[in-house]
Amino acid sequence: MAKLSVRAVSKKFYGSSGEVQALLDVWLDVEDGEFLVLVGPSGCGKSTLLNVVAGLDLPDTGEVLEDGRPVSRPGRDRSVVFQEGALFPWLTAQKNVEFPLKQMGLRARERAERARYYLHLVHLSRFRDSYLHELSGGMRQRVAIARALAVDPEVLLMDEPFAALDAQTREDLYEQLAELWQRTGKTIMFVTHNVREAVCLGDRVVLFSARPGRVRAAFDVSLARPRFIDDVDVARLARQISLAMKEDRRRIREEEYDVDWHAAAGALLHGVDRVLGDPL
Amino acid sequence: MLRRALFFMALIAFWEILCRLGIWEPTLFPSPWRVAQTLWRTLADRSLLLATGVSLRRILVGYLLAQTLGVVLGVLLARLRWLEETVGSLVLGLQTLPSVCWLPLALLWFGLNDRAILFVVVMGALLAVTVSVHDGVKNVPPVYLRAARTMGTGPVALYTEVLLPASLPAILTGAKLGWSFAWRSLMAGELLFVSLGLGHMLMMGRELADMSQVVAVMLVIILLGLLADRAIFGVLAARVRERWGLAHP
Ligand SMILES: Nc1ncnc2c1ncn2[C@@H]1O[C@H](COP(=O)(O)OP(=O)(O)OP(=O)(O)O)[C@@H](O)[C@H]1O
Ligand SMILES: [Mg+2]
Repeated sequence: MAKLSVRAVSKKFYGSSGEVQALLDVWLDVEDGEFLVLVGPSGCGKSTLLNVVAGLDLPDTGEVLEDGRPVSRPGRDRSVVFQEGALFPWLTAQKNVEFPLKQMGLRARERAERARYYLHLVHLSRFRDSYLHELSGGMRQRVAIARALAVDPEVLLMDEPFAALDAQTREDLYEQLAELWQRTGKTIMFVTHNVREAVCLGDRVVLFSARPGRVRAAFDVSLARPRFIDDVDVARLARQISLAMKEDRRRIREEEYDVDWHAAAGALLHGVDRVLGDPL
Repeated sequence: MLRRALFFMALIAFWEILCRLGIWEPTLFPSPWRVAQTLWRTLADRSLLLATGVSLRRILVGYLLAQTLGVVLGVLLARLRWLEETVGSLVLGLQTLPSVCWLPLALLWFGLNDRAILFVVVMGALLAVTVSVHDGVKNVPPVYLRAARTMGTGPVALYTEVLLPASLPAILTGAKLGWSFAWRSLMAGELLFVSLGLGHMLMMGRELADMSQVVAVMLVIILLGLLADRAIFGVLAARVRERWGLAHP
């Protein structure tokens, strides 16, 4: 049985610019221990799907199953790493990692020990007592990963956790994350719009398309690990996925153009200065 | 620091010179020296200390009450929609009312006594504190709350460990504002009837036509205000801002 199973999930938002079909009939299975990456253009509903899996948002229709049981609310079995880290600035790195452990009801001694262990895992032992603003962006994301791992979740949900970082830092973190994943055997669902990042990290890359957000294609990545972002094989597969993405964008553009074209044609027939196509 | 010291020395010298020129009656325009003497005399006969003590006790009680109520009310207003739509607009309306305006009401309700003054102090500070706390809680980034939910934060911990610490900078701003409002309301209240505090002592100076006492008490009021503002709230706010990573010097 799949670890996570997204079944016929649809979700609409009613925003200030009308309604947006963020997800439409999305089906997706994530195997136990799998590193799954979602890629897709901006605004196609990746975050929405991740939030639904996290239990932070409820879908309009469909359901998400974890080990066969429906997900209805957030839980420590599914840790989330948010794009902006979402760490608490009033706590030190150590206390941030301890936070979920405290909510679990662990005693101070055990909390401290576990937090120390996970900070060590992300190579931040020296910065345990630093406040957030004393850490670099990459360090903060590592604290966020340590915090997510500290509760020993079964699933790790990561929403563009490295998007705001520079290329070098990101590369280091790919390595660290891949290593952590191999060591802990967690199931990971990772969102990005960087296709190379997707190929470098994932077992499987799922391509999302926009309007409405749905699964367009899936690519198995059977390249040997460790992988590096500038490997030829990574680049080749990334190119293939990029092409599929481009194709999708072209389709969307055409649809938009189509609408515009009809509008223009209508104007020719019923413009302000015309009656049934004849100039006044 | 040196510049400031020099400025105040020059100011006092100027004041002394004005007095020496004898344009105004010495009783109406006391020299710095006479003010210092009065300060010393009232300190020695303990009347100044007594008045300061009475005023400080009043403000501490009133302020703590206002601060506690304000934080609770502010948080509730920010979290409960129906309360915000009803009581929230009332609070905004009442906030525009200068706190002395509560005095007639307080006198009718409580009579000429401490409780009336306390009421004015509380009303003076409460609304400012409430509004600041409300703003602070409203401005907590939603992602903190979402993160807290994914970490299994309980309903109580959500307030004590996320919402309140996250809005602490705003709460402190409110605390500082509330203090200055409370201090002003207290002085206004004390001026108006026999009440033994600093405000009353100021009024006594007027009635005895002892201008040096008026000025001496004014100095004490300024000093206490500055002390609270700088030594307590200034230091606290600076530390919180630094830790929250808000300080951008
Ligand atoms: N709270 C909301 N209210 C209204 N519309 C929303 C809301 N959240 C998302 N949307 C809309 O839903 C669509 C999908 O948003 P989502 O955040 O899931 O995109 P995304 O794929 O994560 O994009 P990005 O890569 O830019 O993060 C967007 O068109 C967005 O405008
Ligand atoms: Mg997103």
